[in-house]
Amino acid sequence: MSFLTDLTVVRRRLLMPFLLLVLAVGLAGCGVNNIPTNEEKAKAAWSEVLSQYQRRAELIPNLVETVKGYAQQEKDVLTQVTEARANATSIKVDASTITDPETFKKFQDAQAQLSGALGRLIAVSEAYPDLKSNQNFLALQAQIEGTENRIAVARRDYIEAVRVYNTELRTFPGVLWASTLYRSSKPMETFTIPEEQMKVPQVKFN
Amino acid sequence: MLRRAAFLIVLALTLATAVAARAELTFPPLSGRVVDAAGILSPQVRAALEAKLAAQEAKTTDQFVVATVPSLQGTSVEDYANRLFRAWKLGQTDKDNGALLMVAPAERRVRIEVGYGLEGVLPDAVASTIIQTAILPEFRAGNFPAGIEKGTDAVIEILNLDPAEAEARARKAAEPAMTPDDWVPLIIFAVMIGFWIFVVYRQVRGGYLGRRGAGGAALPGGISGWEWSRGRSRGGWSGGGGGWSSGRGGGGFSGGGGSSGGGGASGSW
Repeated sequence: MSFLTDLTVVRRRLLMPFLLLVLAVGLAGCGVNNIPTNEEKAKAAWSEVLSQYQRRAELIPNLVETVKGYAQQEKDVLTQVTEARANATSIKVDASTITDPETFKKFQDAQAQLSGALGRLIAVSEAYPDLKSNQNFLALQAQIEGTENRIAVARRDYIEAVRVYNTELRTFPGVLWASTLYRSSKPMETFTIPEEQMKVPQVKFN
Repeated sequence: MLRRAAFLIVLALTLATAVAARAELTFPPLSGRVVDAAGILSPQVRAALEAKLAAQEAKTTDQFVVATVPSLQGTSVEDYANRLFRAWKLGQTDKDNGALLMVAPAERRVRIEVGYGLEGVLPDAVASTIIQTAILPEFRAGNFPAGIEKGTDAVIEILNLDPAEAEARARKAAEPAMTPDDWVPLIIFAVMIGFWIFVVYRQVRGGYLGRRGAGGAALPGGISGWEWSRGRSRGGWSGGGGGWSSGRGGGGFSGGGGSSGGGGASGSW
């Protein structure tokens, strides 16, 4: 008899920590951590995108100077690149940009414009054999192409990270947490303009 | 409400499959350090390259792989090489020190893809120079094996160029696998487990100063502290060690878990 009452006492004493344990494990199991985890991944992918665009912007003045020395008559293209760069770097972007559709679109448009101008500059450079054999220009060209490619990879990773995050916000069970615990977590913007890698037209002079 | 949720789930699934379909490229299996899927290398050349690449990994743990692919499957050489690099996970996990020389003879494209960790040693401009001066002249003459060999030699030379740097990487490679960074989460985990065992144990003990052993054993479902910890150590805990060694034991070659963010250079002929 006393054994049974002891048993209930034990049960009651065990109940609280046991419930807490079940709660902690259970919450983790049904994805309470997914939204913050995916949010951080997407933010990390975004900062990689930003740093690659930043690196491209840093390389441009050097490239413009080098091309100027050999191809002054290409003033239009050179001005376009300089202006597009100034425009792109004037937009203030940080981690909050990704949940702000307006700034994001501005940033995207400005970078796409710069990509276009830069592509034209590389294309017209093909017409200057002296420039094309300049070691400095070749190294810069390789760096710019490498950066364009890193931008493409960083964008691809970011788009995927945002897809996972936005899907988590909108699907069960994430949608429950999004509407309760994580009200401040907003869907993120993603790239809509396909940034083709700079396709340098194949100009052959024989 | 329910219909909306169902609609959103369907939408998400459709999006997921759409993305998966777009990324659908097939890659040759990583059968060794030289993967000649396009079939342009003789066995002798392959063996010679394999030996050089293996020696490089033995020295600095850099995983340098040479691949030829029959087709880029409609995408750019940069995109294909990056995805192939990531699919093969070249380079060691914590160092990302992989490199990939990929030739697509059908599309007349070549690329040197460099992992994150080697971008400083093998920058884009250097990779580009190697392609332009060592590889492309041979390719233009139609001599694929010579171009690949010269390119491989040049990359290996660059990887070992700075002796201090190479030595530093070799020394880092010799470090034990467990660093303090790895211990911290383990310790936190152990403390948490210990805390829970302590709480449960105290609760049981609180009511049973005299007879806790009998009480604990009599509990239905085995949720007392003792039953619980014993069950764990018997069943789930010890199994973890098995899978680890099989990846490297058989003499085969596999990627170390590294990644690349698109560093390197490409060329065409």
